[in-house]
Amino acid sequence: MDTIFLIGGSAGSLKVLLEVLPELSANLTFPIIIILHRKGYVDSQLVNLLNAKTSLNVIEPDDKEPLSPGNIYLAPPDYHLLLEQDKTISLDFSEKFNFSRPSIDITFSSAVKIFKENTFALILSGANADGVEGLKAVKANNGTTLAQNPITAEVNYMPLQAITQSKIDFVLNPSEIATFINKLNVS
Amino acid sequence: MIEPDLIRDEELEKLLIEIAELYGYDFTQYSKASIKRRVNRICVIDKFTSFAELRYQLIKQPSYLQRFIEEITVNVTEMFRDPSFYKALRDDVFPQLDTYPIIRIWLAGCSTGEEVYSLAIIAKETNLIQKTLFYATDINPSVLEKARDGIFPISQMKLYSENYINSGGLKNFSDYYTANYDFARFNDDLKQKMIFSTHNLVSDRSFNEFQLIICRNVLIYFDKDLQAKVFKLFDDSLEHLGFLGLGSKETLRFSQLDKHYHQISTEKIWRKQKEDKRLIKSNNF
Ligand SMILES: C[S@@+](CC[C@H](N)C(=O)[O-])C[C@H]1O[C@@H](n2cnc3c(N)ncnc32)[C@H](O)[C@@H]1O
Repeated sequence: MDTIFLIGGSAGSLKVLLEVLPELSANLTFPIIIILHRKGYVDSQLVNLLNAKTSLNVIEPDDKEPLSPGNIYLAPPDYHLLLEQDKTISLDFSEKFNFSRPSIDITFSSAVKIFKENTFALILSGANADGVEGLKAVKANNGTTLAQNPITAEVNYMPLQAITQSKIDFVLNPSEIATFINKLNVS
Repeated sequence: MIEPDLIRDEELEKLLIEIAELYGYDFTQYSKASIKRRVNRICVIDKFTSFAELRYQLIKQPSYLQRFIEEITVNVTEMFRDPSFYKALRDDVFPQLDTYPIIRIWLAGCSTGEEVYSLAIIAKETNLIQKTLFYATDINPSVLEKARDGIFPISQMKLYSENYINSGGLKNFSDYYTANYDFARFNDDLKQKMIFSTHNLVSDRSFNEFQLIICRNVLIYFDKDLQAKVFKLFDDSLEHLGFLGLGSKETLRFSQLDKHYHQISTEKIWRKQKEDKRLIKSNNF
């Protein structure tokens, strides 16, 4: 397991996830981490909602949870999600970054330190610029950066920021995201 | 800019070892990813232009250590933080504790004390406060001073009162304190059974046997090996059938001790199993 797929999203991105998750292959050979700025979802609601959409396991991890292939990890509200060398998750309750906790920037930059060029990072719809610095870090380590096509985004600010401020390798429509992820599967 | 990466892993490691040797505070086993963020942040706030500058300050200026510890150890806390946790204590744990003639509770990493006052309120409302002793400890002496005072910003009382109600509180929350300008001073009868003391979970040992140990949002800053060590310390300090309460994202699940404990609810509360059960279990191997 040396690949990681990261997804960051804010306003308008849940809709996209609900479209992507059902299309994901049931035996992914790498983990996915989702960082959502969420408002109004009580703890377990969102994880249950996402779980209902996929045969993969969607988990809101505890601190020190080991990553395993085929699992989808959803950053818990109010914690930053960091990765350690041994590929376990560290949750961190420090200051908000970009007015956000969890912060997409923080998870992206932490993950790429561990997974280097095998990091894939995707930015979805949203109304703030969280993620841009993270994408830069991913690019600086030769990872792959992706953004939702802003035309398809309910709120296009975040993917637009991503595209104009960092180097994006792929711009995808929601319907193309699952196919892209499934193709990364190693047999 | 994010993480101005002023710090290389080896340098940080070296500095933490130096601090441990010089001052006896050992942060070498704090979780790497997050301690790096903390140290980076100190460099930014205190305007060090290089890591070497921070190091110089720490080595040459012992008074700076206090500041460093405070930034590294994050002491944010709340009264009745995660109300459902306190509700489980009230409904499921405290009634069990009633069977003991004296109840000893250890709050490890109590920070400025909001947690221990919350517990004292529950103990009072379940009529257990007279026979309960609260040992509240932290690595940082200055937070303990505040905890001893029991004076918290009045601006927080709205939130705390909501938390209190959501945790199953039965009274008028404002009966528990006297408002004085910007501050709320908690009543003396809550404080009578509290004992405050410094205790470093990294280096200090077990100091009593408890029926309930609560250590919330502290282990999250420790790496796996240090967590294992601290779990062992708690295990050594907990009576059979005693309870262990952790923070909402902390778990015994990844620890060796998990098999000797039983999670009592969906909250992060575990109960230590009886000795004989433990023997039977281990005989099975
Ligand atoms: C985030 S606060 C948690 C406060 C409270 N338990 C809560 O959950 O609201 C973390 C506390 O752990 C303390 N701490 C950090 N390292 C420690 C150690 N090695 N031994 C004892 N306390 C420590 C800090 O000083 C701080 O007060």
